[in-house]
Amino acid sequence: MAKMTLEQLRKLREEKKRDIERRETEGKEIRIIVGMGTCGIAAGARVAFDAILAAVERHGIGASVVLAQTGCMGLCHVEPTVEVLVPGMPDTIYGKVDAAIATKIVDRHVVARALVNEHIYDRPAADIIRN
Amino acid sequence: MHRDFGDYVLDVVQNAVEAGSRNIGLRVAESEGRVEVLVEDDGRGMDRDELSRALDPFHTDGTKHANRKVGLGLPFMVQGVEAAGGTWSVESEKGKGTRVRFAFPLGHPDAPPVGELPGLILSLMAFGGAYELEVTRTRDVPGKSRLEWSARRSELAEAAGGLRDAESLALARAFLESQEAD
Repeated sequence: MAKMTLEQLRKLREEKKRDIERRETEGKEIRIIVGMGTCGIAAGARVAFDAILAAVERHGIGASVVLAQTGCMGLCHVEPTVEVLVPGMPDTIYGKVDAAIATKIVDRHVVARALVNEHIYDRPAADIIRN
Repeated sequence: MHRDFGDYVLDVVQNAVEAGSRNIGLRVAESEGRVEVLVEDDGRGMDRDELSRALDPFHTDGTKHANRKVGLGLPFMVQGVEAAGGTWSVESEKGKGTRVRFAFPLGHPDAPPVGELPGLILSLMAFGGAYELEVTRTRDVPGKSRLEWSARRSELAEAAGGLRDAESLALARAFLESQEAD
């Protein structure tokens, strides 16, 4: 693999720009947030992050999905944790998210708009919710 | 226990981001069967007592981090590095910043694998906030010239389109993978 330059990266971005602009105007932003506290990292949060990124790209919806990282969500016993915010669906926190479950969350929750019931672990713990 | 050495790096760099650093430097060097990491930041830094507490896995006062109650990144790094026969140091000055170094032999039975660097570096660059992160990477490649590259978060974000949506993250990842390829 030849080393890519920043200029080549810009050109690649430009090639996708028209499609990206079209999707951004749809106003349907989906947010996927991966818990990257020490507990999440130790449990494999980076693997989950990578799997989500790959699945989102496979579906060609990358421009509509914001993929972010946060600290501990207060659910250390079920790390890695992933919060999914899809317009029109309940905000959901999934736990025990390995690569396979991460892929399933994108396939089912984000794309097919159906919850992955067996990995739902509710909302964040009360002690980290801002009043 | 962490999966690979990148998990230790992620913890340390996340500390730097949460310490309000504007500039963070990361150097990862692999040479002669040994990996060396240096993380430098200009964040709020720690005095001697704070540093002592940060290294103590059994201490928490709920204020180590802004959005979480505990912090185990440095204690895990120390534990992992010492188990692998490595060395570490943490220097910090209140109001000036912190410098974390660690190194260990990759051939040690308890050494964590280096893991996948492009994914790690993408994660390091994808935290929220306006920090600059400059990554310098060197690696000996058997039979070839030494691999050496660097990347700055601001430049990568500008070229890839923000490091916010998955599309730009995937582009940035492809860029980083191309840098790391032999």
